[in-house]
Amino acid sequence: MIEDRVVRILEDIVGKDNVTTAKTDLITHSYDATQQKFLPEVVVHAENTEQVAKVVRRANEEKIPVLPRGAGSGFTGGTLPVEGGIVLVLTKMDKIIDIDTDNLTAVVEPGVVTANFQKAVEKVGLFYPPDPASQAYSTLGGNLAENAGGPRCVKYGVTKDYILGLEVVTPQGDIIKTGGQTMKNVVGYDLTRLFVGAEGTLGIITKIIFKLLPKPAAKKTMLVQFETIDGAAQSVSEIIRGKIIPTTLEFMDATTIDCVRKATGIDIPEACKAVLIIEVDGDPDVLEDQASRILKIIEPLGIVGTRVANTPEESEDIWKVRRSVSASLRKVNPNKFNEDIVVPRSKVPDMIRALEGISQRHGVPIVNFGHAGDGNIHVNVMVDLKIEGMDKKAHDAIEELFQAAVDLGGSLSGEHGIGIAKAPYLGMELDQAAIAYMQTIKKALDPNGILNPGKIFLEKQPNEVVGH
Amino acid sequence: MSKHKTLKDFEQQIRECVKCGACQANCPTYGSKRKEGAVARGKITLAASVLDGETKLEKELLQDMSMCMMCGSCVTVCPNKVPTDQIVGAMRRQITDEKGMSLIGKGVETVLGHPKLMKTLIKGGALASPLLFKKVPESSGLRLRFPTPIMNKRTIPPMAKKTLFDRFPEFIEGKPGMPTVGFFTGCSITYMYPEIGEKMVRVLKHMGFSIYMPHSQGCCGIPGLSSGAGKLVEKLAENNVKVFGERKVDHIVTACASCNGGIGEYYETMKADYDAFAHKVVDIQVFLQQQGLVEKLAALPKWDKRTRVTYHDPCHLRLQGITKEPRAVLKALPNIDFVEMEGAGKCCGLGGTFSVYHYDTSKDIGAKKIPGLKESGASHLATACPGCIMQLQDNINHAGLSVEACHILDFVNEALDDLKEGR
Repeated sequence: MIEDRVVRILEDIVGKDNVTTAKTDLITHSYDATQQKFLPEVVVHAENTEQVAKVVRRANEEKIPVLPRGAGSGFTGGTLPVEGGIVLVLTKMDKIIDIDTDNLTAVVEPGVVTANFQKAVEKVGLFYPPDPASQAYSTLGGNLAENAGGPRCVKYGVTKDYILGLEVVTPQGDIIKTGGQTMKNVVGYDLTRLFVGAEGTLGIITKIIFKLLPKPAAKKTMLVQFETIDGAAQSVSEIIRGKIIPTTLEFMDATTIDCVRKATGIDIPEACKAVLIIEVDGDPDVLEDQASRILKIIEPLGIVGTRVANTPEESEDIWKVRRSVSASLRKVNPNKFNEDIVVPRSKVPDMIRALEGISQRHGVPIVNFGHAGDGNIHVNVMVDLKIEGMDKKAHDAIEELFQAAVDLGGSLSGEHGIGIAKAPYLGMELDQAAIAYMQTIKKALDPNGILNPGKIFLEKQPNEVVGH
Repeated sequence: MSKHKTLKDFEQQIRECVKCGACQANCPTYGSKRKEGAVARGKITLAASVLDGETKLEKELLQDMSMCMMCGSCVTVCPNKVPTDQIVGAMRRQITDEKGMSLIGKGVETVLGHPKLMKTLIKGGALASPLLFKKVPESSGLRLRFPTPIMNKRTIPPMAKKTLFDRFPEFIEGKPGMPTVGFFTGCSITYMYPEIGEKMVRVLKHMGFSIYMPHSQGCCGIPGLSSGAGKLVEKLAENNVKVFGERKVDHIVTACASCNGGIGEYYETMKADYDAFAHKVVDIQVFLQQQGLVEKLAALPKWDKRTRVTYHDPCHLRLQGITKEPRAVLKALPNIDFVEMEGAGKCCGLGGTFSVYHYDTSKDIGAKKIPGLKESGASHLATACPGCIMQLQDNINHAGLSVEACHILDFVNEALDDLKEGR
């Protein structure tokens, strides 16, 4: 347990109201969306950068782990205090400091909720594209730490593509600035990129300078039903090959559709075995042309029906179908392992076929949907963990599907990060030298290993664990 | 045996929380406090840890459980629809049972650690309460909502000199051959806003219905639920079901969203045979649509001078999915221009008895309504719940806006003269 002396020090830094060691508070900061549970020793809410710096400085001196936490909505355990220590909550640092309409940039604190930021910039005609499914509650700090994605990333790229600069508290408790407000900046190492996606293991982000885009004038949404999953997968490849980059290209397989049908009563014919939701945005004049080109490209690929939204309400109706997916999946089985593999876009059909094989071989339902347009497929292994042996079956299937993704030139994670959930599989994708290189960086910057310990890299060599 | 569901009854649903965090997006108290204990996910986890014996009903747990408006905003975004509002209700009842004190009263000091405020409350309440609440029954929710009239800078409407029951008999004869509807008035309308009740009576009469408004009806029980007073709620429910059973009515109409949620939704979850009663309960806006009055209003020629009106969704209607009907009434009215406001679905901050003991948080939550209201340019903020009206007016006054919070029925009543009777 943490010493009272240290608790007093923390109270001096952030104020008594912002420090708690009450059992109930430890319990409410012991989990995230992975549903795993590790109790911290103390929970601290910081209100500004200076407080974060002082907390980290003292923690480093005392060699106590520090776990930066935003909404705690991550899928890989990024905020879990696996080695105890201080959970440092940043949700009170939620100010949008500046939206600069002359330079199309913004400066924010890390606790700002993604959707609130999007709304604020859209009010002045600007646009922040990354749109993780958790945008209504996830914080931007967490989005940066995990380098979050979302449906719109097909066209617009991921979180890292919108970061110009940062303010970061280092593991020693120093406050450093990286990048700046300019569109170009090549002075020194690109530390901005180093911190984005580092899962809070190298520093704590306390301020973010974003690059913004003008808000697209209009969008057009279509829902296309296919006879086969192959037809849908091939359509994705064909659209990209046709040199059209839609804003989003979301796909749902037959099981997903079945779940949605049961949960919402939506009218999708039985003959439909896969769905693509395609959205294009931009100048209204161009949209019609883009939409009809897309429909022409996919026409020969076995279409059951097409629904084109003509109003924002109709478009919203289509997106409601997509948003209802996650919850409705429980119709298949109560427990869900949600993996976010990604493959080169042309390999989406191969990956889907591979998944069908894995599902059959291991006798576990695998439900697939997601951002097919950038090759990022949400693979859901659905099991009932109450049945004996299911946990192992699920994990065997997951390991195999990771391998299949890597074999196709893809990756274990497109947007959720590694955390603890995927740490055992790191060696499948990265070679030993690359892992050692990363660990060298970590050790050099955080020799006491206080920032988010136990994440990304396992204590044992990854290859030993996976058993290659 | 209690007629309420216990924490144990909710065990399966409690275990269905997948900890995704989606509840953070909609929770008014989390929006204000930004602390995990304030949000549904934190509360469900604590409920689970109480079931598992990992924690007891400690002071900090009581505090977290008190940080809930029971508005159900979290339930609407929850992928597994875990009923946190009901779970918090069960938790609060357990706290009352085990601790021998409720979050109200004795527990306040422990829960909030505001001994000074507590003293003021007790002193003021003892002196002024009897005068003010002379006509309000002991069991009324108003007593829980305002244990004292002296609340720091809070606007509370005065108690009406003549209550709604002083103004109307129990039975009002309608047109021959027309059925009788029950009118569940609720404490706020009976004692504070009887004029809303008057308008309700006029509208129902206009439609030809006979009205049964038993004077022995009591509080719906929502403030009691909110404060964990389980036994009180049981008594109230029993009485209300009984007195409305004394005459044949097909519908029991409410003009208060909270009452609607109380006698409709909540009674249905109780371990008693209240389904037949609960199924008759209908919100007046929904009723107007069902009975075709909305259509008739829509057919009227529009007035030259119209009031610009926006709408606030009361949580107890929104949670039941009643969002279209009130807007349909407003859109149909010839005397107003309806405009949507941003954040129409955000809670006003009243939350049963929440605003009494967490007034600052409550005010903070209410203040979030103001930017959207300002932007709408409306002169009137209509809603369908007297509790919301009171809280919204308080929010508006604090923001220094000249907007009037009012009931949709005000405008329906105004337009009624345009309709020829019986048409």
